[in-house]
Amino acid sequence: MTERYPTTVAAASAALAAGELSSAELTEAYLSRIEAVEPTVRAFLTITAERALERARRADATRRADSSPLHGVPLAIKDVICTNGVPTTCGSAILEGFVPPYDATVVERLEAAGAVSLGKLNCDEFAMGSSTETSAYHITRNPWDPERVPGGSSGGSAAVVAAGMAPASLGTDTGGSIRQPAALCGVSGLKPTYGRVSRYGLVAFGSSLDQIGPFAWTAADLALILGVIAGHDPRDGTSAPIPVPDYRAALTGEIRGLRVGVPREYFVEGMEPGVEAATREAIAALKDLGADVVEVSLPHTKYALPTYYIIAPAEASANLARYDGVRYGPREPGETMWDEIELTRGRRFGAEVRRRIMLGTYALSAGYYDAYYKRAQQVRTLIKRDFEEAFAQVDVLATPTSPTVAFKIGQKLDDPLAMYLTDVCTLPINLAGMPSLVVPCGFSEGLPVGLQLIGRPFAEETLLRTGDAYQRATDWHTRRPAL
Amino acid sequence: MALSSQEVAHVARLARLRLSAEELERMRSQLSNILDYIAMLQEVNVDGVPPTAQVTDLVTVMRPDEVTTGLTREQALANAPDQREGMFRVKPVFDA
Repeated sequence: MTERYPTTVAAASAALAAGELSSAELTEAYLSRIEAVEPTVRAFLTITAERALERARRADATRRADSSPLHGVPLAIKDVICTNGVPTTCGSAILEGFVPPYDATVVERLEAAGAVSLGKLNCDEFAMGSSTETSAYHITRNPWDPERVPGGSSGGSAAVVAAGMAPASLGTDTGGSIRQPAALCGVSGLKPTYGRVSRYGLVAFGSSLDQIGPFAWTAADLALILGVIAGHDPRDGTSAPIPVPDYRAALTGEIRGLRVGVPREYFVEGMEPGVEAATREAIAALKDLGADVVEVSLPHTKYALPTYYIIAPAEASANLARYDGVRYGPREPGETMWDEIELTRGRRFGAEVRRRIMLGTYALSAGYYDAYYKRAQQVRTLIKRDFEEAFAQVDVLATPTSPTVAFKIGQKLDDPLAMYLTDVCTLPINLAGMPSLVVPCGFSEGLPVGLQLIGRPFAEETLLRTGDAYQRATDWHTRRPAL
Repeated sequence: MALSSQEVAHVARLARLRLSAEELERMRSQLSNILDYIAMLQEVNVDGVPPTAQVTDLVTVMRPDEVTTGLTREQALANAPDQREGMFRVKPVFDA
């Protein structure tokens, strides 16, 4: 990969602030890179080149000494986040051609900071999937090996950074959809604490689980972005009225005395040996930096997957009831209103989305509510308590992110359970609402592996400090695919 | 747990999804497999454990009861597949 322009947010920001290049030049450089490699990777659903250049020129004209570090920096946004005047499809045929009349809060905040959006990124349909193969439009390929998936559901958000088409992106994470693709594409990704970032304008999937978060090469870049998008929003009643700290100030490079717990249940059966080896080496590196590493237990871990696959589909079945082809989206023709609604939903939702709507509807239906939904909510309490007990002993948990490296396109698409199992290390964290950071920590069979760090609620500073200290001592985050 | 074809058809109707016979059968088999896996939760002792519906510890958030601007009618209708006289238009709801 040619690197004649800055590839990290921090480097881009510094070059722009020093006047070494303009935002228009930087945006042109990224658009050229997109032209060169997007035909192979296909990370985007919509590329807004003209709009980006116009915004970049505006950023150049409005730059001040105290401009945000994101001022004039290009990035791209997952297509489940509403963008005023720019199509937002969620990777679904049921929202083909939908143009939101408003911006999500995160988009407003990025634009107010002067960031330049390059376009909208591919994902699994309505963020339901772990490979970006359930998008109704096209698949996205892993920049490290185009025969393999980028992970999902935020596969486009991970691939766009890994392929050098943007220095950063936004994705969303309901059960691992930021962290698993970050790991599989060898980039860094952060799922903030539930409530840290406003969900206003995020198309809802599992409302008690969804969070928006950033992708970039480094933890330091994630800190810059989180500082812009985090914070209370009166338009999201679940956003936390807690002040946003200066995440950059947390990056001291110092983790001596940090207590790191390694939950034994996360080294699951069937984990690839290369993944386990890279993860354990990364934990050893934290120890070398002065952290105290201890083994801990989260005994209800194995129940997280079945719990998640009741709660998330139940919430999804309610959230997706609104797609009826009446107020927006295309409508399939039929004889009566109900014909048209049922045909529109039956034909325009893809197989995985239909499966989850069915599962959720069943779990919530009369006679099954107590056996499935209520029980899952009770087990969710036990999973959350596991974390609370662990965090009474340690500051951070360190685990693998995914049991495997990026798998082949098509390998798991027809086996829903095999696909769901790829998120076994990430979904417990959404059920408990904790923040979690993934940083690249090595390779197995030539493909990237990611270390997952989990923190207490609203302890993003600790996670980012740990990830940054690790990246000061290692160079995995500087490796680039030969694309 | 094996679902019957009738149960799957009933759930599809509740979810307002029109599925082909082939799709219903595939769905029956896949959902049965997933439910078999989920049955693992029955072995957990949940006696006296309160359910968790959300993790924020926030209670219902109120805002001042003041009029604010929303979408204009034009904006709200801009994505409508069919409209008439400033309203969303659908086929007859009731049988004639």
